[in-house]
Amino acid sequence: MSYQGKKNIPKITSERLLIKGGRIVNDDQSFYADIYMEDGVIKQIGDNLIVPGGVKTIEADGKMVIPGGIDIHTHLQMPFRGTSTVDDFSQGTKAALAGGTTMIVDHVIPEPGSSLLEAFERWREWADEKACCDYALHVDITHWNDSVRQEVLSLIKEKGVNSFQVYMAFKDLYQLSNSEIYEIFTFLGEHGGIAQVHAENGEIIAEEQARMLEMGITGPEGHVLSRPEELEAEAVFRAVTIASQTNCPLYVTRVMSKSAADIISQARKKGNVVFGEPITASLGTDGTHYWSKNWAKAASFVTSPPLSPDPTTPDYLNTLLASGDLSVVGSAHCTFSVAQKAIGKDDFTQIPEGVNGAEERMSVIWDKAVVTGKMDENMFVAVTSTNAAKILNLYPRKGRIAVGSDSDLVIWDTDAVRTITAKTHHSAAEYNVFEGMELRGAPMLVVCQGKIVLEDGNLHATAGTGRFIPCSPFPDFAYKRVKARKQMAILKAVPRGMYDGPVSEFSPMSRGGTPSASARTSPTKAPVRNLHQSGFTLSGPEEAPIRAAGRRTFMPPGGRSNITSLS
Amino acid sequence: MGILKPMRSAAGPSSAPRVRETTGVRVSKLRIRLKRNVVIKTTGRRDVWDGLPREKEHPAFDEPHPFTECEAETVQKALLSVVNERLVIKGGRVVNDDQSQYADVYVEDGIIKQVGENLIVPGGVKVIEANGCMVIPGGIDVNTCLHKPYLGTPPVDDFYQGTKAALAGGTTMIIDHVTPQPGESLLEAFEKWQEVADKKSCCDYSLHLDIPHWHEGVKEELEQLVQEKGINSFQVYMAYKGLFQMPDSQLYEAFSFLKELGAVVLVHAENGDLIAQEQSKILGMGITGPEGHPLSRPEELEAEAVFRAITLGNRVNCPVYITKVMSKSAADTVATARKKGSVVFGEPITASLATDGSHYWSKNWAKAAAYVTSPPLSPDPTTPDHLHSLLSCGDLQVVGSGHCAYSTSQKAIGKDNFTLIPEGTNGVEERMGFVWDKAVAMGKMDENQFVAVTSTNAAKIFNLYPRKGRIAVGSDADIVIWDPDKIKTITAKAQQSALEYNIFEGMECHGGPVYVVSQGRIVFEEGNLQVQQGTGRFISRKPFPDVAYQRIKYRNKMMCKQGVSRGMYDGPVYDVPATPKYITPAPSAKTSPTTHQPPPIRNLHQSNFSLSGAQIDDNIPRRSGHRIVAPPGGRSNITSLG
Repeated sequence: MSYQGKKNIPKITSERLLIKGGRIVNDDQSFYADIYMEDGVIKQIGDNLIVPGGVKTIEADGKMVIPGGIDIHTHLQMPFRGTSTVDDFSQGTKAALAGGTTMIVDHVIPEPGSSLLEAFERWREWADEKACCDYALHVDITHWNDSVRQEVLSLIKEKGVNSFQVYMAFKDLYQLSNSEIYEIFTFLGEHGGIAQVHAENGEIIAEEQARMLEMGITGPEGHVLSRPEELEAEAVFRAVTIASQTNCPLYVTRVMSKSAADIISQARKKGNVVFGEPITASLGTDGTHYWSKNWAKAASFVTSPPLSPDPTTPDYLNTLLASGDLSVVGSAHCTFSVAQKAIGKDDFTQIPEGVNGAEERMSVIWDKAVVTGKMDENMFVAVTSTNAAKILNLYPRKGRIAVGSDSDLVIWDTDAVRTITAKTHHSAAEYNVFEGMELRGAPMLVVCQGKIVLEDGNLHATAGTGRFIPCSPFPDFAYKRVKARKQMAILKAVPRGMYDGPVSEFSPMSRGGTPSASARTSPTKAPVRNLHQSGFTLSGPEEAPIRAAGRRTFMPPGGRSNITSLS
Repeated sequence: MGILKPMRSAAGPSSAPRVRETTGVRVSKLRIRLKRNVVIKTTGRRDVWDGLPREKEHPAFDEPHPFTECEAETVQKALLSVVNERLVIKGGRVVNDDQSQYADVYVEDGIIKQVGENLIVPGGVKVIEANGCMVIPGGIDVNTCLHKPYLGTPPVDDFYQGTKAALAGGTTMIIDHVTPQPGESLLEAFEKWQEVADKKSCCDYSLHLDIPHWHEGVKEELEQLVQEKGINSFQVYMAYKGLFQMPDSQLYEAFSFLKELGAVVLVHAENGDLIAQEQSKILGMGITGPEGHPLSRPEELEAEAVFRAITLGNRVNCPVYITKVMSKSAADTVATARKKGSVVFGEPITASLATDGSHYWSKNWAKAAAYVTSPPLSPDPTTPDHLHSLLSCGDLQVVGSGHCAYSTSQKAIGKDNFTLIPEGTNGVEERMGFVWDKAVAMGKMDENQFVAVTSTNAAKIFNLYPRKGRIAVGSDADIVIWDPDKIKTITAKAQQSALEYNIFEGMECHGGPVYVVSQGRIVFEEGNLQVQQGTGRFISRKPFPDVAYQRIKYRNKMMCKQGVSRGMYDGPVYDVPATPKYITPAPSAKTSPTTHQPPPIRNLHQSNFSLSGAQIDDNIPRRSGHRIVAPPGGRSNITSLG
């Protein structure tokens, strides 16, 4: 049971740790046991463990010990028009660790037209240099052709990427057409990838944006007005349809509205393999702030799909999360400074999109779902960590406290209360969309790669210690059903005899729009008729119908029979 | 007679010159009991006539009756030679969409003049004894394609053949689709259709215009069609990639424009992009027969497009009418949207209400091909039942036929490739019968709702109400006497359509018309059709039908969006390098930070935004690539408003 990565092993050896008296909470059960870790791996779980001397011991005092959170959606150090997000891999992963998240999965966004592999390598380089916790990468497919196809294949087979995002929005930039998405999903379905989708109808958004600007609405409220939640729901519906047609597992990133979440839960009830990811912001706050008189505050909430102005949304999404209709929580942490946001001060379409949330993610769920009695602690572990690990095919190395798993774990203090403010958060952004919110539940101690990184409120993270964790294709969680369906869904033609009845003459134009030059007009082929076998009822000549003069048919006046030789 | 002339002028341009001399003769041969004695007796009692309390909608009602007894004779003769006939339907139960009542109906000049008991009618009136049968407004079939050519060949049912079939089934008005080819002028196509229909149609008709593709030039034509030609409904396609299909942005524009005109947007809802993919996949698998048709157009793609069309309709605030609802999931999508308040109408067709798509797998190629239509019939055999339930509860509103008849030899154009099979099924004749048989006779639907879905709702949506779709004083005399107990076995041998097959072959159907009155004349009587081509009038329709647009108008007022009034943002602004937003990688990639940004004007007095203070990693230097305009001392004053 060794899941050791290749890199950085020497650095983390010989850190031994014993956690005593904690209540281990996995997604399936909770029990009291001690945990012994060595070399960044959990070695023993049980009571009265026999451990070597000189081991650092932590007394958990009956507190919950949970698998470290996995933030499946971040944009750290994301380039944007010559600048990049203010939280780089170091800053961002520190914020994650401070919130109890011990692994992040970042999105690689290649410029349309550029190489996916190159972009992937660039991200690897940035992250290896700076990340303080383990990480994996999604790659976004921003254009589609045969060479991209090859690159995707080598990313899956050689580079350890198993999830790819396509965009249904951002017209003329990242947006792909239905046909392209169909091809991508087909391809991913064959090779065991997870199709992630940014679901919004970009065509209509473009129209709505133009309309808003024409009406003189240029502030951040225009963002949400031009991207109503219907357009999100529509795109989710379409993505579900395409995925179902291509028999490919679907993962909807950033579920921001009730109607989009409803579509996902309906689709799951119909048997579609689809996962929905609400984000910290959609679970913790709403879109009423877009109408704030303070431009910078309003702009800080700008993300796509936008936060819903319906204030009951967070509660609703938390409910669906608790019931299992939504699967996993990301943060979509993508932070820009106010100065960067101000690029769009006169035109909301230019405001860089993204909100914070990596640090607040787990506390928001605890506060809004567990404390309110919607969700139990096991489900809490599932949505913050285990499900993500399963989707990424990292389970049980990540997402579980078990012998052989990585020693990424968190002692969770259910009684802690903290007030979120930009003054004390670990992100470099000068605002926080959860500003002033009081959240119950916080990590008391965070162990990452077997080392204590957060203790007594002090962060001891080191940039560059994070390892890249390769994800292998065909995760069981998504693909077991897909594989079974593939065998079921083999289509067969109906064996029939050749149709040997009359064929009417036609001019082969019009189909395809461009009229071809050589339209056939003279009847050249006489069909062979076989008058013996008739398998089709015919209208009798009750009343000779008046035929239009222009009609050319090959049917003999005495009645026609034998349409095919099989009956 | 003179007082009735103005009414006729409403009939539209094509009706004026028509003189039907033969009509009277023809009708007299029919087995209609001319109860002269009764009629003469009643015509004398003018006092009763004047005093009867009846509906007073019609202006003619208050006029003193023009005929004396001796005049009646001459007028009677004149009538025989001139256009119209008078008709009284006695002893029937008049069923409208809102109520049923026992009443007699008196018809003159193609208009219903009186409805009530003990009517006083002039002499020489034909009497139809309804014997307690239902008297219902003639059916309106809102979806036919009687002149839609496929690869140069017209369908076998033209306007004559098709309207004959319609009348035989109790439908007294059709609305046909004009289908111009891409690039063809809409106006020209419209005139072509109108010319053909005027010549051949046996019942009143109107036309929908299909918009083959969207461009600026279309707008002018649409405007003209709505304002001058009396067209208020236009169809757009979400399927047929490379031919009729419009992308979402064009649909948005089309919806916006049509809404301004007050037209109803009809949508053929299927996802054409995915269909094209599926078709090539299925052809690639070697499936070329008709079963490839439903396999490449699964019902999900229909539901998806319906959902998208409704979303577009909501965004634009425009009523949307889904033609051909063929599957449960599409119907459910319409129903859900209606519950959320969308102005959307759904139209199942005869085929989707009476049969299913299992026949695509028939071993008989011709039979399988006969069912090919788009969206396809669902292979799920529970579909018809579900659609009837939704129709009964009002979630679906109108039944069309989608009648588009191609002969087997025409269908055989696609014998080696299912994508070439011309699409269309029959159903214009069977439409009303199957709704009765499968919904009313099963106890799902009452007779009033039956009238609503076969006639009244269509008249309302397309702004023909109450001229059509209702039995009331002043309405057109398109009337059907319906016998709920009539049993008929559908067979191609006995049908009016020129097709050599019938997709409902062998099905037994309860309920059917006994008499059909179109334009005040009896055209169908106990199995015999008496029609004449060219008698159908074009019925022009005004924009902004109330049933669709009343809500839209209020929502327009509600939905005015307003920006937030803020002070100018006067904080720092990151300077964006002038690289184009959408990267087609420019050869001269800027690498050196040369652009000098002007320092922003700062106003340090007004600050209302909280800023992050000391960071745990303040000692860690910022990356060199970070260009931030804000000064290191902290930035404040983001906006001047509090």
